[in-house]
Amino acid sequence: MKQRTLVVVSAGLSRPSSTRLLADRLAAATVTAAAQQEIELRVQVIELRDLAHDIMNHLLTGFPPAALRQALDAVAAADGLIAVSPIFTASYSGLFKSFFDVLDKDALADKPVLIAATAGTARHSLALDHALRPLFAYLHAATVPTSVFAATDDWGSDSTEGLLQSRIARAARELATEIDRREPATVLDPFALTASFEDLL
Amino acid sequence: MQFGIFSVSDITTDPTTGHTPSEHERIKNIVTIAKHAEEVGLDVFALGEHHNEPFFSSSPTTTLGYLAAQTEKLLLSTATTLITTNDPVKIAEDYAMLQHLSEGRVDLMMGRGNTGPVYPWFGKDIRAGIPLAIENYALLHKLWREHVVDWQGKFRTPLQSFTSTPRPLDDVPPFVWHGSIRSPEIAEQAAYYGDGFFANHIFWPKEHTQRMIELYRQRFAHYGHGDPDQAIVGLGGQVFMRKNSQDAVKEFRPYFDNAPVYGHGPSLEDFTRETPLTVGSPQQVIERTLGFRDYVGDYQRQLFLLDHAGLPLKTVLEQLDILGEEVVPELRKEFAARKPAHVPDAPTHASLLAAKTAKAELTRTEVTA
Repeated sequence: MKQRTLVVVSAGLSRPSSTRLLADRLAAATVTAAAQQEIELRVQVIELRDLAHDIMNHLLTGFPPAALRQALDAVAAADGLIAVSPIFTASYSGLFKSFFDVLDKDALADKPVLIAATAGTARHSLALDHALRPLFAYLHAATVPTSVFAATDDWGSDSTEGLLQSRIARAARELATEIDRREPATVLDPFALTASFEDLL
Repeated sequence: MQFGIFSVSDITTDPTTGHTPSEHERIKNIVTIAKHAEEVGLDVFALGEHHNEPFFSSSPTTTLGYLAAQTEKLLLSTATTLITTNDPVKIAEDYAMLQHLSEGRVDLMMGRGNTGPVYPWFGKDIRAGIPLAIENYALLHKLWREHVVDWQGKFRTPLQSFTSTPRPLDDVPPFVWHGSIRSPEIAEQAAYYGDGFFANHIFWPKEHTQRMIELYRQRFAHYGHGDPDQAIVGLGGQVFMRKNSQDAVKEFRPYFDNAPVYGHGPSLEDFTRETPLTVGSPQQVIERTLGFRDYVGDYQRQLFLLDHAGLPLKTVLEQLDILGEEVVPELRKEFAARKPAHVPDAPTHASLLAAKTAKAELTRTEVTA
C-alpha cells in the first residue's frame, strides 16, 4: 500500500462544532476511499480555533509562532487537503481566510483539495462555489469537482444513505483519486538558491 | 568582537506620556545617543535610512559626517543603506567622502528597503528589489576598486570613463555588510564578495537567523574566502534592562505593546520566547546574548536596538550606561574566551589597510625572487 498524508483544516468555532463534524466525516470517507485504491492515508486535523491568536500575530508581525509554523508546514507537505469553513455573512469565516492568507502562496499549487462548508440553512450553499472555490483557484489548488455543504437540517433528516452522505462519499472518492494520481508532495526549501550568483549578475 | 547600537530613526509617541518628539528634537537626541555610545565604550553606531514618515533619517551621511566630527573612536555605520533606490554612484562618492573625514571610521550595511511606495518615488520598482540590489552593488564594488570605470547595466544610465571621487581612503574601500531578513540571494551576494552578512535578528525566530547564517557561511567557503567559521557575521538584538528584571518588564511593556511593527500583536512574553528580544536584568541579557553563539557560531559584531518605540532620551541613555558598564565588558570577556584563534575579527580600515600592505609586500617579494 502507498503511504500518503491528508491534512484536514477545520475553521469551526464552537465545541463541539458541526464544521468539525463534517470535516471528520469527510476525512473518514477519504481514508476509506483511499484504502480501496491501495493508499494508506495518515490524517492530521488542524483546528484553526487553537491557532486563532497565532494567525493574527502572524498577520501583525510577519512570522508564525511555533505551533502555527507546524500547521503551515503540515499543509504544505500534505498530499491532500480537506478545508472546511462555517459560512459567515455570505462567505468563509475570517479565521478560515486568514489562515490561507498566511500560508505560502505556492503551498497549494497542484495539491488535491476538497472544500466543504456548514451553515444554518441551505440558502448559503452557493458560498462554496462563489467564495471557497475561487480562493483555491487563486492558490492553484486542484480542487475536486464535488464540494460538500451541510446545513443544520442535514444532520437531522439525513439517513445513512441520504444526500449528504452520498455527496461526502463522492467527494472523498474524487479526492482519493487525485491523491492517487500524484507523486508524494515535495516542499520547496525557502533557503535554497534557484540560480547561481553568476547568473544573477 | 564589536558591540554597538543601531537605530531605525522612528519618531514614535511615548505611550506613557503621550509626548511625540519633533523631528528636530529626535535628530538632536540621536546625536546625544551616538556620542554617549562612544562615552560608555561601545564600538559601533549604525543609522537607518528611510524616505517616509515617521522616520527622520533620509540622509544618513549628513548625520554620520556630523558625528564623525564629534567623536574620536566610534565606528560609524548604516542599518541599512538602500542599495536599491540610491544611485550606486552617489553611494560610492558619499561614503568615500565620509571615510576621509572620519579617518576611516566607516563601514556600511546594504539593504533593500521594504516599503513599496518608496521605490517609485526614486523611479524604481520593488518587484525588481533583488536584481536592483545585485546590479547596483556590483557597480558600487567596481567604482571603489577601479579608477576608471566603463559600465553598462539595466537600471541606470551607462558610464564611460567615469572616476568616482574622492577615491576611497588609502585606496581601501569601506567594509560592507549585507543585511537581509529572509532572502537567500542576499546571503549569497555577501558570500560571493567575501563581505559581511548581518542578520536583523529582531523580528524573526532564531531558527530563521540560523538558516540564513548557515547558508552564508557555506557559500562564503564555496567562493574561497576561507572556512565557514571565518565568514564575517553580525547580529542585531533588542534588549531592555533594569537591575531587577520585573522592573524592566513593567517599564518596557507599554512601549512593547504600542511599538511599531509588532505592537498590538503578540504578548511581551510570547515575543520574548519566539524572538531574541530580552527584557530583564543585565545578567539575563548577558546570558541570552552569549547564547546567540550557540546557533550562529562565533560572530564579529553585535548591535542592539535601544532607542525605538517612543522610549525617552533619558531612558535610552540609562540603557546605554547599563550596556557599557555591566553588559558589554562581560560579553567582550566571555566571547573572547570562546573564540578560536583562526576566527577573524570584523575588518576595520586599519586591518584592511594592513592586509593590503602585506599583500603588496608579498607580491614585491615574489617578483624580486
